[in-house]
Amino acid sequence: MEAINSALTAILANRMRSFLTILGIVIGVTSVILLISLVSGLQTFITSQIQGLGSNLLIVIPGRIGGARSPGGVQANRLVYSDAVNLRNRLQSEAQVSAAIQRNATLKHANKTDKGVAVFGVEANYQKVISIKITEGRFFKQSEADSSKKVAVIGPTVKSNLFGEGKALDQTIDVAGLKYSVIGTLAPRGAVFGIDFDNSIYIPFQTAQRQFGIDRLNTIYISANSADNVKDVQERAINLLQKRLSEDEFTVQTQEQTLSIISQVTGVLTAALGGIAAISLIVGGIGIMNIMLVSVTERTKEIGLRKAVGAKPSDIRNQFLIEAVTLSGLGGIIGIILGIGISLIIGRFFTTTIPLWSVVLAFGFSMLVGIIFGVTPAIRAARLDPIEALRHE
Amino acid sequence: MSSLVKLSKVNKIYSTGEISLQALKDINLEVKKGEFVAIIGASGSGKSTLMNIIGLLDHPTSGIYFLEGQDTSNLSENDLAYLRNKKLGFVFQSFNLLPRTTSLDNVALPLIYAGLNRPQRLEKAQRALEAVGLADKLDSHPSQLSGGQQQKVAIARALVNNPDIILADEPTGNLDTKSSEEIMKIFDTLNKQGITILMITHEKDIAKHAKRIIRLKDGKIV
Ligand SMILES: Nc1ncnc2c1ncn2[C@@H]1O[C@H](COP(=O)(O)OP(=O)(O)OP(=O)(O)O)[C@@H](O)[C@H]1O
Ligand SMILES: [Mg+2]
Repeated sequence: MEAINSALTAILANRMRSFLTILGIVIGVTSVILLISLVSGLQTFITSQIQGLGSNLLIVIPGRIGGARSPGGVQANRLVYSDAVNLRNRLQSEAQVSAAIQRNATLKHANKTDKGVAVFGVEANYQKVISIKITEGRFFKQSEADSSKKVAVIGPTVKSNLFGEGKALDQTIDVAGLKYSVIGTLAPRGAVFGIDFDNSIYIPFQTAQRQFGIDRLNTIYISANSADNVKDVQERAINLLQKRLSEDEFTVQTQEQTLSIISQVTGVLTAALGGIAAISLIVGGIGIMNIMLVSVTERTKEIGLRKAVGAKPSDIRNQFLIEAVTLSGLGGIIGIILGIGISLIIGRFFTTTIPLWSVVLAFGFSMLVGIIFGVTPAIRAARLDPIEALRHE
Repeated sequence: MSSLVKLSKVNKIYSTGEISLQALKDINLEVKKGEFVAIIGASGSGKSTLMNIIGLLDHPTSGIYFLEGQDTSNLSENDLAYLRNKKLGFVFQSFNLLPRTTSLDNVALPLIYAGLNRPQRLEKAQRALEAVGLADKLDSHPSQLSGGQQQKVAIARALVNNPDIILADEPTGNLDTKSSEEIMKIFDTLNKQGITILMITHEKDIAKHAKRIIRLKDGKIV
C-alpha cells in the first residue's frame, strides 16, 4: 500500500508525462471494453431476436451453411414455392410451414420517400409461424393472400419515414411503383450496427411474387408443433427436400444451430478485436518501458542514495516495478471507466452489454503489461553501482 | 575502546582499459569506537576511495576490511545493504536529498529499509531533525532550505537509524564559513555523545575539530 503511495507520488510528480505514457494502455483497455461490449451486445440482441421467434422454429435457406462452399454463394438458388407446399403437405400434422421472399425497394407516400426498405413477401400463416407483434391494425388474411391483394403491414421506421406522426392505417403507399394499402403496423424490434430491422414491410407472398417476378424463395419457415419433435421435423424436412435438391443446395437449421453459429461468429470477432486491442496494450507497455528507463536514468542519483542508506537491490527493483504496474494499472482503470462510459453512450443507439469478464480481463492484462515491461527497467535500476549512481549528475 | 573499523593492507586499483591506477596503497587503518577522525590530503590522493570502501559502497582490490571485527570480503549485496542501513550513516558534500520531498520524509528514508512502519519512521525522523536544530523545518522541501540547513537534514538522515559511525565526505565543501561552523558544532556534539565520526576535508580549520588527523598522499597514509 505504502509502496503504491510513493509510486503515485512519483507518477504525479510528472503528471503530463505519466498521462502520455499510459495513453496507450488507456486506449487499449478502452477499446477492449468497448469492442467486447459491442460484440456481446450484438450477440445478446441477435440471440433475443432469434429466441423471440420461438425455439420451435426451423428455417430452410438455399445453399449450404457449414459446408465447403459459402452459403447461398456461387451456386444458384433452387428453392421454389412448390418445395414449401410439398413440406406443408407432408408435415401437416407436426408443423406449420411458411414461405418467404425478400426484395429491397423504395417506398413513397405523398412527397415522402423511404429508400432501401426490406420488402418481405410472406404467407398469411407467417404470423402463426413467427411471433411478430402488431401494434395497430392487423396482419393480412389467407383470402387476401389468395387474391393477391395489395395490402401491407409496415415497420415503425417505415411508418415514421412516410407518415411522421400522422396516421398510417388505411393510407396508400407506393411500393416500387405499385399502390398498396396499409392494414397494420409492427412493434419496434431495434437495430444493430446500423441495420434497422424496423425499416421493413410485409406483403402477401403471391402479390410480391407477381410484382417482383421472383420464383426462388429466400426462406421457408417451419414451426414444429412441440419442442420435442424439432429434431424429428428437421430430419424429415431434410429427407423431403433431398428428393428434389442436392445436399448442398439447401440448409435446414434449428434455432439452436443458428445460435451456435452466431456465437461462433461473435467468438471469432471477439478474438480478432481482442487481438487488436492486445497489440495496442503491448504498444502501451513499450511506452511504459521507455518512460521507466528514462525515469531510472533521471533518478540514478536517488537510486545511489537509497542504496547508500540501506536499500537492497530487491527494494529498488520492487520500487520501480510497482511504479510501472501502478502506471499501467492506472491506465487500466481510466480505460475501464472510459470504455464503460462510451459503451453506455453507444448503448442508447445499439444494444451493448459489458460482461464482467471483459473488465477483469482488461484490467488483468494491463497489470500484466506493467509487470512484463516494468521488469527490465526495474532490474537495471537494481543493478546500478551505488558509487557511480551517486556521482551521476 | 574496541575497534570499529580496521583495514589491513587494503589496495584499490582502478583499471580502465589499458590504464590502471592505484588509488590506495597498502592502507592499514584502525578507527576505535568514539573517535573523531579527519582524513586530509590533496585532490586525487584517494580520500573518497577510502571512504567508499569503509562505507561498504566499494570493494578493495586486495586486503581485508573488518567492520566491528567482521570480515566484509565475502558479504552478499543484501548483507552489505543491511550493514549500511544499520551501522553506517553517510553525509555527502552535495547533500543528496531527494527533491520534492519534505525534510521529514528525507530523514525517514533509511528507516523504510529498516522495516519500520510509517508512524515509527516519522517519529524517529522528527527526533533526529530536532537533534540538529531543524524542528521548524519538518515539512520544508530541500529547495526551500539553505545549504547549511540541507546539510543538517542530511546529518539527521545519517543519524536516524543510530549508526555506529558517521562517514562524511567533505561535509562542509559546499558551505560558507558560518554554516560550516554550525555543521562542525553538530559533529562535535554528536562525538561527545559517543558517536564515531570519520570525516574527509580539505580545510585545516575543519580538520581541527577532529581528535586525530590522517593524511593521505598518492594513496598512502603518511
Ligand atoms: N571509478 C574510478 N575509475 C578510475 N579511476 C578512479 C575512479 N574513482 C577514482 N579514481 C581515481 O582514483 C584517484 C583517487 O580518487 P579519489 O576520488 O579517492 O580522490 P579524492 O582524494 O577524494 O579527491 P578529491 O579531494 O578531489 O575529492 C584519483 O586519481 C581518481 O582519478
Ligand atoms: Mg573526494
